[in-house]
Amino acid sequence: MGNLTPELLAERDKIKAVAETYGLDFYETVFELVDAEELNEVASYGGFPRRYPHWRFGMEYDQLAKSYEYGLSKIYELVINNDPCYAYLMRNNPVVDQKLVMAHVYGHCDFFKNNLWFGPTNRKMIDQMANHGTQVRRFVEDVGQDAVEDFLDIATSLDNLIDVHSAYRKALPRTREEHGGSARRESIDVPRLRAKDYMERYINPPEYLERERKRMEAEQSQAKRFPPKPVKDVLAFLIEHAPLEPWEREILSLIREEAYYFAPQGMTKIMNEGWASYWHSRIMTRHSLTDAEIIDFADHHSGTVHATPGRINPYKLGIELFRDIEMRWNKGRFGREWETCDDAERRLAWDMELGEGLKKIFDVRKIYNDITFLEEFLTPEFAEEQKLFVYGMNQRTGRVEILDRDPTRVKKELLKALTNFGQPYITVADANYANRGELLLEHRWDGVEIQVQQAQATLRNVQRLWRRPVHLHTFVEGKGKVLSYDGRSDSARETDERVELEES
Amino acid sequence: MVQRIDQDRARFREIVRGSVKKDLRKYLSSGELIGKQGKRFVSIPLPQIELPRFRFGSNKGKGVGQGEGGEGEPAGTGDGDGAGQAGEQAGQHVLEVEVGLDELAQIMGEELALPRIESKGKKTIRALGGGYSSISRVGPESLRHFKRTFREALKRTIASGTYDPANPIVIPVKEDRRYRSFKLREVPDSSAVVIYMMDVSGSMGREQKEIVRIESFWIDTWLRSQYKNIEVRYVVHDAAAQEVDQHTFYNLRESGGTKISSAYELLLELLERKYAQDEWNVYPFHFSDGDNWSARDTERCVSLMKEKLLPRCNQFAYGQVKSAYGSGQFKKDLDSAFRGDERVVTSDILDRDSIPESIRHFLGKGR
Repeated sequence: MGNLTPELLAERDKIKAVAETYGLDFYETVFELVDAEELNEVASYGGFPRRYPHWRFGMEYDQLAKSYEYGLSKIYELVINNDPCYAYLMRNNPVVDQKLVMAHVYGHCDFFKNNLWFGPTNRKMIDQMANHGTQVRRFVEDVGQDAVEDFLDIATSLDNLIDVHSAYRKALPRTREEHGGSARRESIDVPRLRAKDYMERYINPPEYLERERKRMEAEQSQAKRFPPKPVKDVLAFLIEHAPLEPWEREILSLIREEAYYFAPQGMTKIMNEGWASYWHSRIMTRHSLTDAEIIDFADHHSGTVHATPGRINPYKLGIELFRDIEMRWNKGRFGREWETCDDAERRLAWDMELGEGLKKIFDVRKIYNDITFLEEFLTPEFAEEQKLFVYGMNQRTGRVEILDRDPTRVKKELLKALTNFGQPYITVADANYANRGELLLEHRWDGVEIQVQQAQATLRNVQRLWRRPVHLHTFVEGKGKVLSYDGRSDSARETDERVELEES
Repeated sequence: MVQRIDQDRARFREIVRGSVKKDLRKYLSSGELIGKQGKRFVSIPLPQIELPRFRFGSNKGKGVGQGEGGEGEPAGTGDGDGAGQAGEQAGQHVLEVEVGLDELAQIMGEELALPRIESKGKKTIRALGGGYSSISRVGPESLRHFKRTFREALKRTIASGTYDPANPIVIPVKEDRRYRSFKLREVPDSSAVVIYMMDVSGSMGREQKEIVRIESFWIDTWLRSQYKNIEVRYVVHDAAAQEVDQHTFYNLRESGGTKISSAYELLLELLERKYAQDEWNVYPFHFSDGDNWSARDTERCVSLMKEKLLPRCNQFAYGQVKSAYGSGQFKKDLDSAFRGDERVVTSDILDRDSIPESIRHFLGKGR
């Protein structure tokens, strides 16, 4: 398969062999040579040659095509997590670029196959996406283009309401608990320790009993609520409980499935790109480059991993961090002895000649995601060496400035930005809100406001599915706020809750 | 690979079109689009085409960057994507789509129900077009028409009886050769000249000029979509008239009295000198606040129009922009002098919101 020229085929075999001797482990990888238009087309479909029809792919294409035409950007690599992996090469790239991309792609493929978070993704996604396409086209025939398009718009606007960390949960969670049971209100007996009368006050203090009783009461009333626990996978909840037409349910399910498929790529952006860059750099510089190609390679490699001031380049951060880990485990710069050593000179010369670097980074690529990766391996030394900083708006000067270079703060900000990969954390809190079958969504406050205008518009979409009024509980300017849409008009109500805003 | 994307793309363009159409009146009365004009496109910001999502607001503020610089120095992030957002999320920027001016004119035409313009009766014939559309027996080898040549050779071999179906070898000789040749074709050509005249006397303020500017832009857009070959000229006048370039036209601020006849005289001179009567469709647009210097001058204007100008013009348009100082008398005078004359169209432009109506008034006759 694939349509590589004999020359590229030979290069591919060479690169593949080198990658395998290093221990990279990937599904069969099919390279397709395509021209710019085809590449843009595939890219606007998120890498899949066949998907359901939707105008936003056309919009994507328009923009890609334009910026390619104007020479603003071009796509270098496009690789799909699938078995076999598919990767696209642009036909008119020079050979050195093709080699670079192939080496890079093998890095990605290894990551797809071995990283834990990709474990549950569908490896026949190309087929599945095509199936989705057929399905949607059939619905178009049944209920008409406009109805399907409207519904796809709604579904797409909610596709970030999934529980990315439940990647291993395959089936829809059964949120509907068995009802029934006894209807009578149970009296609450707080269990108490046995004690002699005169000791009772000390063994079972009344404040404790009171506290315990309140807790149990809350637990009991919570259990009567529906859903009994906040549900993070809002889409699944809607699929299960919203009054949808069968075809609507199907579309919502397939949008959800695709969202879960793409989720790990968002969770491991830094690692994935870092890992692939690490390998293209290593394979190219040690094994594949000819003397004549070295300048072009250096140019394109640095183009990929260059750091724009004031912006995090995942390629750069990833590759540097992997190299740092490799160096640390080669020299034994980890563990208690290293950590407690505060002799600067000794630390600088520290080298236990362990040589475990390569093995370590292979382990790392297996079980970490971006958050745990940075949490564990981003050291103060690394932050300083990489010149990382926290920026923010200076209210006084009205411009974005460097606020801080303190490694702890840098790390905190980085991790915060990655929480729930940059999406607000939203759950279904109550599906029988105000005892009227209304839907209450809860935005978990982690210090950053959601955009109210967008939220109102999104809420309208939620209402279109739920049919009854819907609400979103969030915080705006430090005050609790419930945004609502009842099918006719938006409204917003302040509550008396307060959260503290971070000083900036 | 089948170009599946074409369908989605077409659908997207349709949505863009619909949304432009919906907001057209807003665009028509604000200068917003004019600044975004490229050569053949305008880019239109379309916030509503992006699907809404629950996402973080801009007060996110902080982020992590990489690079040189001390604390308190600008970080040069622009609007700054935080880490982790890379790739997956589109930023907060407003989507801009490019719409061709032709398409825009078409949308405007539909929305304002503008008729297509009929050219003046006297169509000019001009030999402009043509192509290698005919065949000749002589010509350079590079233009040899292989199929025709072969056919001639085949005809000859069959006619002379040397054709052998079992061994169908046909060899063209010199006489068989055919060549493509250039043929001139006469194409009707329509060209138009638009002359914008503006009163720049002291009473025309900044807002009045802005209105003129916006209205002229849209009229221009429409006329350009109707004629292949269009020329635009600008005239400003107070007590005296002069021809200026586009930039000056919109930015000049003069003061002084108003003598409208000066502009009309200049217009007449321009038309006589440059635009032969039977070759050009002529569209003068005159914008003023309606304050003329004297009734005598107005009389002069009217007689100039009646005798000299109107026979040369497809339509004479006069737009009266309301200003704090203008009396608005000129429009009344024109209206009474040309009652029932289709060639003269006058319109009151009270404020920006009445621009669409005024455009419809000017262009709605299809002349």
